[in-house]
Amino acid sequence: MRTLLAALLLAFSLGPAFAVEPEEMLDDPALEARAREISKELRCLVCQNQSIDDSNAGLARDLRVLVRERLTAGDSNEDALRYIVDRYGDFVLLRPPVSPRTYALWFGPALLFVIAGLGLVVFFRRRQAAPAETTTPPLTEEERARLETLMDEDRKP
Amino acid sequence: MIAEIGHYALIMAVFVVLIQATLPLWGAKQGNAGLMALAKPAAQLQFILVLAAFLALTYLFVTSDFSVAVVAQNSHSAKPMLYKVSGVWGNHEGSMLLWILILAIFGAGVATFGRNLPASLRARVLAVQAMIALGFLAFIVATSNPFERIVPPPLDGNGLNPLLQDPGLAFHPPFLYLGYVGFSMAFSFAVAALIEGRVDAAWARWVRPWTLAAWCNLTLGIALGSWWAYYELGWGGWWFWDPVENASFMPWLAGTALLHSAIVVEKRDALKSWTILLAIITFSLSLIGTFLVRSGVLTSVHAFATDPTRGVFILALLVVAIGGSLTLYALRGPALKATGTFAPISREGGLVLNNFLLSIVTATVFIGTLYPLFIDAIGAPKLSVGAPYFNATFWPFMVPLLAAVPLGPILAWKRGDLLGVLQRLWFAGAVALAVLLVVWYVKFGGPVLAVFGMALATWLVVGALVELAERLKLFRIPLADSLQRARNLPRAAYGMTLAHGGLGIVVAGIVGSSAWQVETIQIMHPGDTVEVAGYQLTLEGVSEVQGPNYTSQQGTFLVSRAGSEVVRLHPEKRNYPVQRMPTTESGIHTTSFADLYTALGDRQTDGGWSVRIYYNPLVPWLWAGAIFMVIGGVVSLTDRRYRVGAPTRRRAVKALPTGSAPAGT
Repeated sequence: MRTLLAALLLAFSLGPAFAVEPEEMLDDPALEARAREISKELRCLVCQNQSIDDSNAGLARDLRVLVRERLTAGDSNEDALRYIVDRYGDFVLLRPPVSPRTYALWFGPALLFVIAGLGLVVFFRRRQAAPAETTTPPLTEEERARLETLMDEDRKP
Repeated sequence: MIAEIGHYALIMAVFVVLIQATLPLWGAKQGNAGLMALAKPAAQLQFILVLAAFLALTYLFVTSDFSVAVVAQNSHSAKPMLYKVSGVWGNHEGSMLLWILILAIFGAGVATFGRNLPASLRARVLAVQAMIALGFLAFIVATSNPFERIVPPPLDGNGLNPLLQDPGLAFHPPFLYLGYVGFSMAFSFAVAALIEGRVDAAWARWVRPWTLAAWCNLTLGIALGSWWAYYELGWGGWWFWDPVENASFMPWLAGTALLHSAIVVEKRDALKSWTILLAIITFSLSLIGTFLVRSGVLTSVHAFATDPTRGVFILALLVVAIGGSLTLYALRGPALKATGTFAPISREGGLVLNNFLLSIVTATVFIGTLYPLFIDAIGAPKLSVGAPYFNATFWPFMVPLLAAVPLGPILAWKRGDLLGVLQRLWFAGAVALAVLLVVWYVKFGGPVLAVFGMALATWLVVGALVELAERLKLFRIPLADSLQRARNLPRAAYGMTLAHGGLGIVVAGIVGSSAWQVETIQIMHPGDTVEVAGYQLTLEGVSEVQGPNYTSQQGTFLVSRAGSEVVRLHPEKRNYPVQRMPTTESGIHTTSFADLYTALGDRQTDGGWSVRIYYNPLVPWLWAGAIFMVIGGVVSLTDRRYRVGAPTRRRAVKALPTGSAPAGT
C-alpha cells in the first residue's frame, strides 16, 4: 500500500521504473546478495516507509548504487550501513538503533509481556486463594417470568 | 437535484440520530417502554436516509455529474462502469459515507432482528450505535460534504487514481469497513452492558455473531488488499508492515482476541470485564485505523484528506469515543463479577493465553506504527520504523501463540491435562516432525527457521484435523457412529477446524514465500529465454494494447517446462493518460504449490526490456488459507445457536436460553 505513494512519486518522475534495475546489479552474486540485504534495512527518504530495495524513486536508486559502491570498495555490511547513516542520519534506518530515544520502542513489548504475565500470575493466584464461588447470580424478575413461560411451554405436549 | 436530495437526507439523518442517541437511553433509565421502542424505527429510518444519500452519490458517479465536486475530482466519463461505482468510495467523502452506511446497516440489523434482546439492552445498544453515527455524520456534514457543487462544472473529471482501478481494490474498502464498523456492534453492546451493569452468557451470545461477521469481513478485506499489492505492484511482495496495513491489522488482532474471549464469557461466565475492555479496544483500534488513514497523519495516498481541520475533528471524535468508553469502563467494569473459575491449565486458560499473546502482539504493532508519529510529535529527531522492526518483534510472540493453537481446543474446560492433550496430539506432532525432516533434506542449506516454520504450519493443520477426529471419536468407535457424531456436531466446531487449519495454511504461505523465493531481474530482448526454477521463459515480444481508458505495453512470455508449453503470460505496463500515471499488471501462472510471476519494466535504449521474474513458492496458499479462515467464520455463523434473530416471536423466546449443544469453537 505504501507503494501507492511510490506510484504517485512515479507520476512525477520521468517514467516508470522497477526498484532494483538490472544495470545497477553487481556481477558478483555474493556481493549483490549482501547489497540486497542492506537495501532492505534502508529507508527511501522521500517515500512513505518504504525500503530502497522496493522503491523506484530516484533517490532510492542513488542510495542503492552508493551501497554497491561501498561494498565493491571492500566495506563490510556494517561499514556500508554506517557510511550511509553518517550522511543521512538514523532516519534512514528502518530498524532504528537502540538508544534512549527508542527504549520504549524496543523494550516496550517485552515490558508489556512481563507486566501482563505478572498480572496473569496474580489473577490465577487470587483465583486459587479464593475458594471457587459456585453461586450463580439470582435471576431478575424478567428472567423469572421468561423461565416460567418456557417451563409452561415444555409442560404442554 | 439528486445531489441536493442526498445532502438533505444526510442532514435529516443527523436529526434522526440525535433522537436515537438520547430518548431510548433516557427511556431505558426510566423504564419507559415507549421511549425505548423509539430506537427501532429510528435505526431503520437512519438506515433508509443514509442509504438514500449513498444511492444519490452512486447515481451522480454513474451518470458522471461533474457539477458535483467529488465526482469531478474522482471520476471520468471514459472510466469503465465498475470503477465509476467503486469511485464512490475511492475518495475521502464517499468512503466516509460508506462507513456510515455500513454503521447504519448494522444498527438497522439489530433493530430489525434483535427481537429477542431485552428491551432495555436493545434500546441502549442502538443509542450507543447512534452516538457513533452522530459523530461521523457531523464529521461528514461539517467537513466533508460529498454533495458539494462546483461552478462552473468542468467538461470532464480528473479520473480515479489508476491504482484503484482494479477489481481487487474496488472491493477492498467495503470489506474492510464491514470489518471495522462491524466491531462497533461489539463496542455498542459492551458500552450498553456497562450502562446496564450486567454481562452474562446471553450477552456474549448476542455479541459473538456480530463480532464474527465483522472478523470475517475484515479478514477478507485484508486478504484482498494484500493480494492486490502482490499482483499489482510488480515485485512479488504481499505485506509491507506499512502503517496503512497495520491500521487494519491491529483491529484484526484485537478482534481475533475478542472472538476467543467472548467464548469464555458465553460458556463459562468468566473473563467478563476483560471481554468488555477488549470490545472497547477493538473498536477503538478501528477508529484509530480510520484516523490514521483519513487524517493525513501518515501522508500517504490513502490519506486523501489533506485538510487538517478534518484531522482535528477525527482526533476529537477519537478522544470522546475512546476516552468516554474507557472512563465508563473504569467506573463500571470492576462491578462485573465473574462466577466461573478455572485452573491455569484448562480450555479457559488456553483462551487466556491466546488473549495474552494477541494483546502483546497488538500492542507491539501499535507501538511500532505510532512510534515515529510520537517521536515526531515530541520534537525529537525523526526516525523510521519499518519491516525489520516488525519482523523482529512480531514473531517472538506470534510463534508461541501459533504453537499453542492446536492444544487449546483439546483441553478440557475448568481443569485440563496438558500431558494427556499432548498425547492425543501425537499424530500431529509426528507428521510435523516428518515434514521438518523432509523439508530439511530437500532444502538443505536454505534458511533453517523456514524448516521449523513448515513444521509449525503442519502442526497447525494436522492439529486442527486431529481435534476434529477426537470429537468424532474417529477410529475409536465404529465408523457409522462417528458419522452420526459428525452430523450432530455443531457447525461452530467445523468453523473452528476450518479457521485453525486455514491459519496453518497461511503460515506455510508466509514461510514459503519469504524463504524460498527465486528472483531474476534482467534485461531481455524479444526471443531471449531465461530459466527460472525449472521453467523456461521466452520473451516473444511486447505489443501496444488499447484499454478502455489506458494504453498498455503488453509483454508475452512463452513459459515451457521440459520442452512442453505450459502457458503464455502477459505482464503489462499500463499508462493512464488522464492522470499521466503508469501501473504494472503482473502476469502470473498459479499452480497448487507456487506462483510463476512476471512483470515488465522499462524499455531499454537498445530495444531490450527490463523484466522481473519470480518463482514464489506457496504464495497461493496465503490466499487459500485466508479463504479457509473466512469460510470457517461463515460456517460458524450458520451455527443454529447464533440464528437468534430469525425465528418467530414465540420461538425467539425459546431460542434464547437453550445452550444445549456442547463446547463450541
